Amino acid sequence: MPNQHVKFYQTGTLTVGNRLLDEKMRTVQATPDRSNSLDSGHRACQGCGEALGARYAIDAAMRAANNQLIAANATGCLEVFTTPYPESAWRIPWMHSLFGNAAAVATGIAAAMRVKGRDEVRVIAQGGDGGTTDIGFGCLSGMFERNDDVLYICYDNQAYMNTGVQRSSATPGAARTATTMPVGENPGADFNQGKNVPLIAMAHNIPYVATASVHDLHDLEAKVQKAMAVRGARYIQIFVPCPLGWGSKPQDTMKVARLTVESGLYPLFEAEYGEIVGVTKIRRRTDVAECLKLQRRFAHVFKKPEQLAKIQAIADANIRKFRLAGSEGGQS
Amino acid sequence: MLKQIEGSHAVAEAVALCRPEVICAYPITPQTHIVEDLGFLVKSGKLSGCEFINVESEFAALSVAIGSSAAGARTYTATASQGILFMAEAVYNASGLGLPIVMTVGNRAIGAPINIWNDQSDSMSMRDAGWLQLFVESNQQAIDVHIQAFRIAEALSLPVMVCMDGFILTHAYERVDIPDQKQVDKFLPSFEPRQVLDPANPKSIGAMVGPEAFTEVRYLEHHKQMQALELIPQVAKEFKAIFGRDSGGLISEYRLDDAETIVVTLGSVIGTMQEVIDRMREDGVAIGALTLRSFRPFPAAALRSALGKAKRVVVFEKCLAVGLGGIVSNNVRMALSELSTPVYSVIGGLGGRPITQASLHRLFTEATQDRLEDLHFLDLNKDIVKRELEREASMRRSGSIAENILSDIGIVDAANTI
Repeated sequence: MPNQHVKFYQTGTLTVGNRLLDEKMRTVQATPDRSNSLDSGHRACQGCGEALGARYAIDAAMRAANNQLIAANATGCLEVFTTPYPESAWRIPWMHSLFGNAAAVATGIAAAMRVKGRDEVRVIAQGGDGGTTDIGFGCLSGMFERNDDVLYICYDNQAYMNTGVQRSSATPGAARTATTMPVGENPGADFNQGKNVPLIAMAHNIPYVATASVHDLHDLEAKVQKAMAVRGARYIQIFVPCPLGWGSKPQDTMKVARLTVESGLYPLFEAEYGEIVGVTKIRRRTDVAECLKLQRRFAHVFKKPEQLAKIQAIADANIRKFRLAGSEGGQS
Repeated sequence: MLKQIEGSHAVAEAVALCRPEVICAYPITPQTHIVEDLGFLVKSGKLSGCEFINVESEFAALSVAIGSSAAGARTYTATASQGILFMAEAVYNASGLGLPIVMTVGNRAIGAPINIWNDQSDSMSMRDAGWLQLFVESNQQAIDVHIQAFRIAEALSLPVMVCMDGFILTHAYERVDIPDQKQVDKFLPSFEPRQVLDPANPKSIGAMVGPEAFTEVRYLEHHKQMQALELIPQVAKEFKAIFGRDSGGLISEYRLDDAETIVVTLGSVIGTMQEVIDRMREDGVAIGALTLRSFRPFPAAALRSALGKAKRVVVFEKCLAVGLGGIVSNNVRMALSELSTPVYSVIGGLGGRPITQASLHRLFTEATQDRLEDLHFLDLNKDIVKRELEREASMRRSGSIAENILSDIGIVDAANTI
């Protein structure tokens, strides 16, 4: 096979491209022997962060599992756009059962593998934020507390996109969704609501919890690889912009993700057994306005300075709480 | 081996003999003893090669079962009452995916008002969910039918519910014959799934199906259940050949020869009915009974041929379709639609109300004289009902019905004591 020269510069994102890295450090996607577990031809929208996140996460998991991987998938965009039968974009054994039970289905698959002595087969579950933080939360928490041998990956695009952009418990304050329309004095989603599932996952004392973002794919792959090196319940939540639901340009997916993370609104960290063991320092801090102005779901906050200030305060608090400030390149 | 044990314990032993590989369960009365015993059998090593998983809800219990079954493991769970409602979405999912899970339902009422005692409303709520539903009359049958259930489920690649009356069977100590492992192994081969999640042969399971194929998928579910009408008696016959006992099958008949009045029912109440029928036969009344052992698939042809000569059919059921009447009786009426035989619906034993021989004798006597209304509630206390209806007619804020009735009964009892 001819040597493949994958250009991996992410224009305007300041992300280190593959070509600058030592070959061993390059992303899984840059290697000709990548598994393409989520193959081309699926029906995701242009610029879909979830499709990108899933592609990198699953290929990284496949490499870590020596291609012995089974996935359980919650109902949602990822399920719908990958399996318009007779086409399926999955090259791994993959199962969709219901919206709210992916974690439990994965537990069952893992139990079957254990009882059959097939320890080499690894199991992942995946879903969107609605299927994870809301309707699937009971099964997720059960899987965590039993420390079942499952890696659960949540692709967080902060609302129910598959049903037409309704608010979930992962929707940030002020965001416009179909059920939190920008009307009245306090437009968009309410502040002081929602839940932080990575922190709740940590409260279960599971071996590994991490947040990641599609703008930093090296970091995402490294976290998946790390998670796969451990047995027991693991949770990775990946920040995946949704151009359709957020009103951002498809070509801005990486930019929106990077600016959001660099503003402090989406802290990237890792935790082991309930304790944070590493955070990704912000390299070039930006105001929240920089990422918000790229998303029409936040257009109204620019007419309401007090809302913008509230969002900035959340970012500032995150930076203090997770100690995200630091020197450029100061990744832990 | 003969043992004097509790019904739940007997079921646990029978399930263990079937060499399940994954058992997952959530505690709910009256199913609990079954999974407690199975948990112990796994933990103690008596049931090896099996994972026992304590889950956080019935929805998770059946979801774990869906995952393990799809990954090729023989899977068992048990539930009852509110539990089966809580897992309802997964109940339909398991059958739609064609996963041969076996689930015991320790039949119990559904609230509100909350009630933990026996009736069959829970199983009936899932009658159209695509599972086979086999009802048992005794603890011996419970043992035998569970063993057959795995055979039937795996042959068809469809899930099977074994329905046994809560408390009346699950908590009753009876002498039962527990088969030995060799016999069960001979009867039940290891599980060879039709579909399996396997990295060596990656397949997608659970894709969305649109209007272009949904009807065909559903039709095949129905078709397979109709196949079960032949398979269930065949498996019962094979079971008899190995174990020497008549269990399972589609229906069982009791003194139907020349019977003018035939009672149709499900589950353990047939025991009491047989006593009453014996007494009435001694008095020269031509009465018999038929028990539905399979409710899904519904054995319409077998019913037609067994009930064809009856002058009247009395369907006795422990469930109610509010706003309509009987559930089982409407199925029976459909099977007999070409005949003019009157079919009476009798609702009894709701929420664990005892079904006494005296009440049944009175009921059957009225039936043989055609003095029954089309829909009859056994032992309904009409005074209590009347009092509540009057209260509602006299004031707007009359309060909640259940609490009012309990208060009335309390007062009545107090009055009786004085």
